[in-house]
Amino acid sequence: MAGFDKVVTSYEDAMAGLEDGMTVLAGGFGLCGIPENLIQEIKRRQTRDLTIVSNNCGVDGFGLGVLLEDKQVRKMVSSYVGENALFEKQLLDGELEVELTPQGTLAEKMRAGGAGIPAFFTATGVGTPIGEGKEVRVFNGREYLMEEAITGDFAIVKGWKADRYGNVIYRHTAQNFNPLAATAGKITVVEVEEIVEVGELDPAQIHTPGIYVDRVIQGTFEKRIEKRTVRSAD
Amino acid sequence: MALTREQMAQRVAQELQDGFYVNLGIGIPTLVANFIPEGMEVMLQSENGLLGMGEFPTEETIDADMINAGKQTVTAVKGASIFSSAESFAMIRGGHVDLTVLGAFEVDVNGNIASWMIPNKLIKGMGGAMDLVAGADNIIVTMTHASKSGESKLLTDCSLPLTGKGCIKKVLTDLAWLEIADGAFILKERAPGVSIEEIQEKTQGKLIVPDHVPEMVFA
Repeated sequence: MAGFDKVVTSYEDAMAGLEDGMTVLAGGFGLCGIPENLIQEIKRRQTRDLTIVSNNCGVDGFGLGVLLEDKQVRKMVSSYVGENALFEKQLLDGELEVELTPQGTLAEKMRAGGAGIPAFFTATGVGTPIGEGKEVRVFNGREYLMEEAITGDFAIVKGWKADRYGNVIYRHTAQNFNPLAATAGKITVVEVEEIVEVGELDPAQIHTPGIYVDRVIQGTFEKRIEKRTVRSAD
Repeated sequence: MALTREQMAQRVAQELQDGFYVNLGIGIPTLVANFIPEGMEVMLQSENGLLGMGEFPTEETIDADMINAGKQTVTAVKGASIFSSAESFAMIRGGHVDLTVLGAFEVDVNGNIASWMIPNKLIKGMGGAMDLVAGADNIIVTMTHASKSGESKLLTDCSLPLTGKGCIKKVLTDLAWLEIADGAFILKERAPGVSIEEIQEKTQGKLIVPDHVPEMVFA
């Protein structure tokens, strides 16, 4: 690698430096826009005691669900889990900890983490179990909770296209948490469907500027659909 | 007669206005999309990052990268926009969404809502519900008036852990349309053929019954 060239050619290199006990931020919503191959690489490495920050935890046998198979995850920070039986079992057995976080708060925690904002106030969760033990402040007569930012040792991100400098664009609703995770990793790894030459992407259309990105790798993706819903053709 | 799910959706749809940006939750709220009056422009927001959700795709147009907050494959309408989760919740938390419709387990006379957690049952999470109820000003809760065993869901105090505090002002049940103000439910409309006595019997929290409570009208 030289200059701004972020491209790596093996998944082993893409996740080099990942160690037991680290915090990993993962993009994706359900199975949409998840870094499938980077997750598989974490499984292959058998890294353990991980804290994973991701809206969901995949399903049995796919997405982040595969990291549960060998009990690699110590804690999940998510807004909605339980689409997989293994998750439920490990949670009930006390092998897995879960910190449920409202979806908007989770997104904002990552955004704030990436933007150097240590905490913020939000009305979300006031008077609910989420607010217990958190500082409450009144602004303009309304109560707000203090929520702290999240950063990760690694961020794993799925993009559509990237150039060699790590400028990324996402495709449709596969964007979701990906650009937020990308800003908040000490090491941000982006896997994409296509790496293009520098200058091919329109600078005004970049979702994640390369300054946030440390490594880029091109992969192939299954893109499994969680809830296939169709109408009959007109 | 208690309203069907479709009739509930139809009644909620009467609250839509031309030019509204609307977030519809899972279940009955989703059905509201089927009753948008002809000629009215309404843009549906899906909190995973889509403003302008369209109908389901065909087998030919299905796309794994195009889903809604219920993780179903969808399409986008003309004029739609797609963005990150932070942007999506900026819209929600910033109060930019004109109407939010969502389900609940319980609502109480102080506008508290419980919709995400039943103790000693598996907790899957709140998803975006806490953000939606805290961020929106205009919220309609849709739910059955009482549980299958006959226990009221319209209470003096929610018994389940809350999703949001003091944020609900409008409730549509299968029996009635109610508003919440000054520590009471106010009965605004009743389902066709449902008596005020039945609604009173199934409402545990304080209920104010005005002199005239019209029946809902369906086109």
